[in-house]
Amino acid sequence: MTLAIEVRDLTRRFGDFTAVDAISVEVRAGEVFGFLGANGAGKTTAIRMLIGLLAPTSGSARVAGFDVLTQSEDVRRNIGYMSQRFSLYDDLTVSENITLYGGIYGLDDATISARMDAMLQTLDLASARRSMVRSLPLGWKQKLAFSVAMLHRPRVVFLDEPTGGVDPITRRQFWEMIYAAAAEGTTVFATTHYMDEAEYCDRLSIMVDGRIAAMGTPGELKAAYNAPSLDEVFVRLARPAA
Amino acid sequence: MRTLRFLLRKEFLQILRDPALVRMLFMIPIVQLMILSNAATFEVKRSRMHVVDHDHSARSAAVIQRLVASGRFVATEASNSVQRGDDALMRRNVEMILVIPHGFESDLVRTRAAQVQVLLNAEDGAAAGVTQSYVREVLARYAAEQSVALAAVASARPEAPPGRGVPRVELRTRGWYNPELDYRHYMVPGILVQLLTIVGTLLTAMNVVREKEAGTLEQLNVTPIPRATFIAAKLIPLWVIAMVVLTIGLIVGRLVFTVPMLGPLWLVFAGAALYLLAALGIGLWISAVTETQQQAMFVNFAMLMVYLLMSGLFTPIASMPPWAQWVARANPMMHFIALMRGVMLRGAGPVDVLPQLGVLAVSAALVLSIAIWRYQKRAS
Repeated sequence: MTLAIEVRDLTRRFGDFTAVDAISVEVRAGEVFGFLGANGAGKTTAIRMLIGLLAPTSGSARVAGFDVLTQSEDVRRNIGYMSQRFSLYDDLTVSENITLYGGIYGLDDATISARMDAMLQTLDLASARRSMVRSLPLGWKQKLAFSVAMLHRPRVVFLDEPTGGVDPITRRQFWEMIYAAAAEGTTVFATTHYMDEAEYCDRLSIMVDGRIAAMGTPGELKAAYNAPSLDEVFVRLARPAA
Repeated sequence: MRTLRFLLRKEFLQILRDPALVRMLFMIPIVQLMILSNAATFEVKRSRMHVVDHDHSARSAAVIQRLVASGRFVATEASNSVQRGDDALMRRNVEMILVIPHGFESDLVRTRAAQVQVLLNAEDGAAAGVTQSYVREVLARYAAEQSVALAAVASARPEAPPGRGVPRVELRTRGWYNPELDYRHYMVPGILVQLLTIVGTLLTAMNVVREKEAGTLEQLNVTPIPRATFIAAKLIPLWVIAMVVLTIGLIVGRLVFTVPMLGPLWLVFAGAALYLLAALGIGLWISAVTETQQQAMFVNFAMLMVYLLMSGLFTPIASMPPWAQWVARANPMMHFIALMRGVMLRGAGPVDVLPQLGVLAVSAALVLSIAIWRYQKRAS
């Protein structure tokens, strides 16, 4: 069994505030891992450390077999990332965005054009190839952003609230894309606020105040907390006083 | 290298797709040169003057006439009271008062010396100084003529003591390299430098900070782009644009203001090439320490003020206190202005501006190293 993500006692403090408090997580290769938590629980801070945007205060992490601290460029070559904010270039066309990221990851021209054709076919965006990205509806933008994050076939892909603000049908389609990626061997590490989406995950963790309060398969978690739904588990953990 | 190609394509596409930016880049050099080089001058034209002539003589009238004939003064008011003149000065109806005391002519004839009083509004010290020197010049010339005229009268009368030939030392000034002392020839090179600085520093800072705000910079930082490649991709397009702006500016300077280009043109571009690296590097550094376009804009203008005041563009370096001269010497803008003026107006060659080129190269290397070092993908 190989581990795609291996986090040990990862901690990040901002002054007196501990945003991420010694978390430890292991994600197996090919897994779809749900990284849950209330707003402000520290999910985004944790992800930012894993993808090399933020230095940890202490602890260690390996992603795709590389140490986040000492081999950050190797990590970057092997991961994809889709942030909560849409971050493709609004003032470039769909195909220009795809070409740009293909070029950045060192794909050759033939590969870029083959993958672009396949991607636009799958997304049903072939007719929008020359449209400015800013003119696309939000759902399409999100699917495009995910496909671009997958363009270089990363070993691990990090999705930070990928389905925020999109309609249920698009969300369903989005998760189909996530499953397709996992089926091809990509490890998916995703945060979400939707508990129905959490049910789709192989395993998940729930973060509360910078710590991981619970971890397991959706079934295990429901059994452990004797709750009918993940929603219930989440509310009990995130609001212990209630 | 391949990555750089893709990034450069993206940068150029984005810049060219911003029509407001492109329009501005072409209009700014033209408009700034037109306005600033005509407005930013120390020359004082047509000072309004209140005349108080207590003498009412042929010679006092001649003095007034000489001042007016110089074209630099207009006698807009006259009275026989200095108090009235003061009031006019206070109300800003005039810039100066000329007082010719009673007995001016007789003093001049008898003792060959007479006094006039000039009262200036010195709120604007520079303008007052210039006006004063104009008055001095006109009066000196008149005095010289009078001295000759009086000497002639004296020698025509044998019974009078022979006119002592007063030895006169005449100072004749000739401004080399700008013989007509045309301020525009002097200002245009400086304004071009100022323009390149704004284009280089401001555009770079805004460009990078905009990506920060949009979140696209974060997306790039997650990719394996080498830092130097990222920076090259950001700087090369803006460097090219600034060079285009310089070219437009030089053409306007030549066609509209007939600013000479006595030295080799390539030397101006070589200096600009180096200077821009420093200017762009500073823009990059600003983008590293700010989070929003507003902050970047603010830091930029604060720095630009210091830059400009310490550059010798508006005030000569030689008249600054020693500590300020040291600050000015560390300012790459000062050296580039010196290079531009030297090459364009004085016909300086590569050897003459070697020190400036050296300083520019060192500042470019220094600033760029700091900017690359400051740009970190991972926040600490």
